[in-house]
Amino acid sequence: MAEAHPVGFQWVMEAKRRGATIIHVDPRFTRTSAVADLHVPIRAGSDIAFLGGLVNHVLSNDLDFREYVVPYTNAAAIIDERFLDTEDLDGFFSGFDTERGHYDPESWQYDGTEAAPAAGQRDPAQDTGPHGSSPDGGDSKDLHESAASESHGSGGPPVEGKPPRDETLQHPRCVYQILKRHFARYTPEMVQEVCGIAPEQFRQVADALTHNSGRERTTAFCYAVGWTHHSVGSQMIRTASILQTLLGNIGRPGGGIMALRGHASIQGSTDIPTLFNILPGYLPMPHAAQHQDLDSYVEGDAGKTGFWGNMRAYAVSLLKSYWGDAATAGNDFCFDYLPRLTGDHSTYNTVKGQIEGRSKGYFLVGENPAVGSANGKMQRLGMANLDWLVVRDLQMIESATFWKDGPEIATGELVTEEIGTEVFFMPAASHVEKAGSFTQTQRMLQWRDKAVEPPGDARSELQFYYELGQRIREKLKDSTDEMDRPLLDLTWDYPTEGPLHEPDGHAVLREINGTGPDGRALSAYTQLEDDGSTSCGCWIYCGVYADEVNQARRRKPHWEQDYVASEWGWVWPANRRILYNRASAAPDGTPWSERKRYMWWDAEQHTWAGSDVVDFIADRPPDHVPDEGATGPDAIGGQDPFIMQTDGKAWLYAPLGVADGPLPTHYEPPESPIHNPLYRQQNNPSRRKLDHPANPINPSYSEVFPYVFTTYRLTEHHTAGAMSRTLPYLTELQPEPFCEVSRRLAEERGLTHGDWVTIVTARTAIEARVLVTDRMRSLRLGDRFVEHVGLPYHWGPNGLTTGDSPNDLVNVTMDPNVYIQDKVGTCDIRPGRRPRGPALTSYVEDYRRRAGVDTADPTNGRTEG
Amino acid sequence: MTHSLHGRLDDVTGDAGYADHPKRKGFFTDTSVCIGCKACEVACKEWNQVPDDGFELTGMSYDNTQALGASTWRHVAFVEKPVHPTTADLGLPGMGPPGFGTHESGLPQAAPAGEDQATASGDGALRWLMSSDVCKHCTHAACLDVCPTGSLFRTEFGTVVVQPDICNGCGYCVPACPYGVIDLRKEDGRAFKCTLCYDRLKEGQTPACAQACPTESIQFGDVDELRQRADARLAELHDRGVDVARLYGRDPEDGVGGDGAFFLLLDEPEVYGLPPDPVVTTRDIGSIWKHVGAAAATLVGIGVVSFAGRRR
Repeated sequence: MAEAHPVGFQWVMEAKRRGATIIHVDPRFTRTSAVADLHVPIRAGSDIAFLGGLVNHVLSNDLDFREYVVPYTNAAAIIDERFLDTEDLDGFFSGFDTERGHYDPESWQYDGTEAAPAAGQRDPAQDTGPHGSSPDGGDSKDLHESAASESHGSGGPPVEGKPPRDETLQHPRCVYQILKRHFARYTPEMVQEVCGIAPEQFRQVADALTHNSGRERTTAFCYAVGWTHHSVGSQMIRTASILQTLLGNIGRPGGGIMALRGHASIQGSTDIPTLFNILPGYLPMPHAAQHQDLDSYVEGDAGKTGFWGNMRAYAVSLLKSYWGDAATAGNDFCFDYLPRLTGDHSTYNTVKGQIEGRSKGYFLVGENPAVGSANGKMQRLGMANLDWLVVRDLQMIESATFWKDGPEIATGELVTEEIGTEVFFMPAASHVEKAGSFTQTQRMLQWRDKAVEPPGDARSELQFYYELGQRIREKLKDSTDEMDRPLLDLTWDYPTEGPLHEPDGHAVLREINGTGPDGRALSAYTQLEDDGSTSCGCWIYCGVYADEVNQARRRKPHWEQDYVASEWGWVWPANRRILYNRASAAPDGTPWSERKRYMWWDAEQHTWAGSDVVDFIADRPPDHVPDEGATGPDAIGGQDPFIMQTDGKAWLYAPLGVADGPLPTHYEPPESPIHNPLYRQQNNPSRRKLDHPANPINPSYSEVFPYVFTTYRLTEHHTAGAMSRTLPYLTELQPEPFCEVSRRLAEERGLTHGDWVTIVTARTAIEARVLVTDRMRSLRLGDRFVEHVGLPYHWGPNGLTTGDSPNDLVNVTMDPNVYIQDKVGTCDIRPGRRPRGPALTSYVEDYRRRAGVDTADPTNGRTEG
Repeated sequence: MTHSLHGRLDDVTGDAGYADHPKRKGFFTDTSVCIGCKACEVACKEWNQVPDDGFELTGMSYDNTQALGASTWRHVAFVEKPVHPTTADLGLPGMGPPGFGTHESGLPQAAPAGEDQATASGDGALRWLMSSDVCKHCTHAACLDVCPTGSLFRTEFGTVVVQPDICNGCGYCVPACPYGVIDLRKEDGRAFKCTLCYDRLKEGQTPACAQACPTESIQFGDVDELRQRADARLAELHDRGVDVARLYGRDPEDGVGGDGAFFLLLDEPEVYGLPPDPVVTTRDIGSIWKHVGAAAATLVGIGVVSFAGRRR
């Protein structure tokens, strides 16, 4: 965190100053480790085994916060008798379809409840073969199954009814007992064998964690996006969620799981998404076959218990904000204007579509996939096969110049004269040259004012897209083609200002906030209606412009208000600083302790009280029992803090919505030096592979590729480097690509500190200088050592200092929930520089041959399943 | 103007001739909370328009700036010190005992005595020390004393600043600095160093480096108040058992009369590349003049004697 988020880390240092214990778990010893109380070196990709070990420690020693767990989680829920665990099936849950490589979650349900249609629906018309792609580039059924978790967003998937419960937690099929059995073999000894963490150190972490949780104390977990870059990334974070929920660290001050979501506004770009499968506010993107009209679209959620029961109001208000007066009850509020999913349109599948000639145009906005994405060669091969490519960036990045100076030009795999892609480079305004909001990890919107006008032709994204829209609408204005109606009916009328005709960002934020029948800004999403009388661009942002004031621009310093600091910026939803904060009070509504007092029930005033906005129905007393058959918010009981879940409980076990199982399970990364010590199943069976000759996978436990590599960031550089390698003051601080290895590995391979080395995978070979350092640890797993090669990934062929891109080494194998690649792989490392030109290709080819990479099925690796 | 050359001096600004002046300003850099982000280096260069200092991977941990110089006015040192090297049980020489760092309480245990700022890590422990170095703005600044043009001067804030429009590049200040801070910029010829953001101070602003520091490792303020803060922080760390913590440059009785920019270190100064006992190089300039005078007189005497002898 100090390494990648130094500004946010000031608060960790503040906590340390006040006596907090800082534990840092990371394969490398970083700037965070340097100021931590304890650094726990862990084998990259083994996090579920470590966290699962902690879950097992908590469960087998009765260290869970039982008074929290029983009422607030689904620990007591009883699961369908057909459910079989990975313990029963040696690494599989029940319901795995080996042919298609994914799960049918029907047997994972709560006992006696129906599998909800949204995730269980079949669409035989669009079925395709195993992991295969249909001709249009997707395999739609897989998509729908897998994307379910994300498309349900903050709501979680709907389950029908409330499950039978055993509050003694003794029923063999209750979640608590299932969890206990599932993690029983995740012992400290197993943690050592999988992660390389000694039992004594594991015990230190376990004790620190449990001593610091409960009524009087809370513990927070922080992770940066590296945790998501695994083929089991979603499940790693779920394991942490399970642990935090068992310890009562959710919904309480000082608790939680902080996702340090990259920089700038990555949180904002999922709230108002740039993702293919969700609409603003985590509404699912409709599917071509399943969602023919608005009714079928909201069917899965409407009328259900919890706040997602109002989904129709959110969807209709969104459609009204898009199409204004054109959207009426008579035309389903223009629901038909929305694009539809027909398959997997995620980034890596799109790249494959480019290489195969199905995808012909591409916008890159502030993104440099030639350097920043896994398997850079695939990215460049894709971009070299387009009709047109628009690059908007601050600098002339590699993704705009790959056609003349990419690594494939040097090897002869691409020839400049033969690349037909027309590249349009549009200089972009930087964050100080435009006004707008960032949404950070706490879901906080903070408004920036413009400091200076952008130079030359540089323009903001807002200006670019607004003008692009105007020009397209001008071209189409006389069109009578129905296909053009969505564009022509779009509300596209923002006031502009200044010499560059910059659209007014405040007006856009106000539109996102939404307006009521009187045209005034709304103040809360509970005001949204499903009859077309309200308009709202993103229901969770409703309130950011309450009282016609840009609430995100509030900057009252923390020393002028209490510690909740409700008047700094604005936090979605409803300016609520801690989600699920009903859980900060005991079931009877009193604080768990004076020390951790946050929100509580004030019986006299008949309301929830405290400095934050309660994440509950404000006047619903703790003893409220909903009527049988109640739906929507009416169905929330007084002791159901997790109001966005249909059963009001935190899910230790996910009966729906997670593609690779209801519980996290340790699988090895797609490339690993060891056999999975826990199950016969080596890899995540539902991982998403990307079948392509340019994406060969190293066979696991290969002697040719004996080392683990992992990529990461340095404080001095920013992601793919366009904003740092181009600036002298940052470049001089980390002026060259390098890798980091332990003394033991250096000795084993004859590497000399500071010299050049070559790192090889089945994809390619790159060169870098090597730092031999005690900060890289040799990890002992059972009777062997595992060594890591650490690779900061910021470099490429352009900029003030240049070098090979470590992401060219990374394979594309994805998490089945969110389609994010696994950044961990295996490699070889040798002294000296890599071969040049075509010799590089044959050098790597020789490695592939020696390792036995399956040329017929190069993405398979040598794994069981 | 009475200008003292060494020893304790409580009003350095008054000593420099300012009758009515603000309190002496300086830095207290608490390296125990430095996270090595180098924001200070970048903020300094941005504000003061200092050019880059070359793109060289040094291999000295994450320190590619290497040292203070004409184009580096803030420098973050990175020092890797294994307490017990990681390869403890590999039979390599010089290794500590395995199982280090365990404790009955299970809470992360500090390293053994003397290494109490190490982070327990796996079967060993490691210290990765980071410290942002800067011009010390000495109470007795030799650079200023030797400057023949008056380019270097004591400001009303008690800081020491070079005026580039007066500097003639003679370089006398360079060897005069006991810390090796000030230097000549090769492509320019003149001497440069930290100004403690003299221009910002005049506007009542905080120097750029302190403003940018996310963890308040670099603290700016009145030197007397900073000294109190440093003493309190040192006591707090000692109370917590961090015996290695020490102040550097805080003592007004030291060889330079105390620094305007002083530090809390977690190891010997030499570990960070700082001189252990700096002395103002012009300390003896008074007695030198006496010696020179005496020597001259002797020479004259010898000459007189010899001429006198010749006459005989």
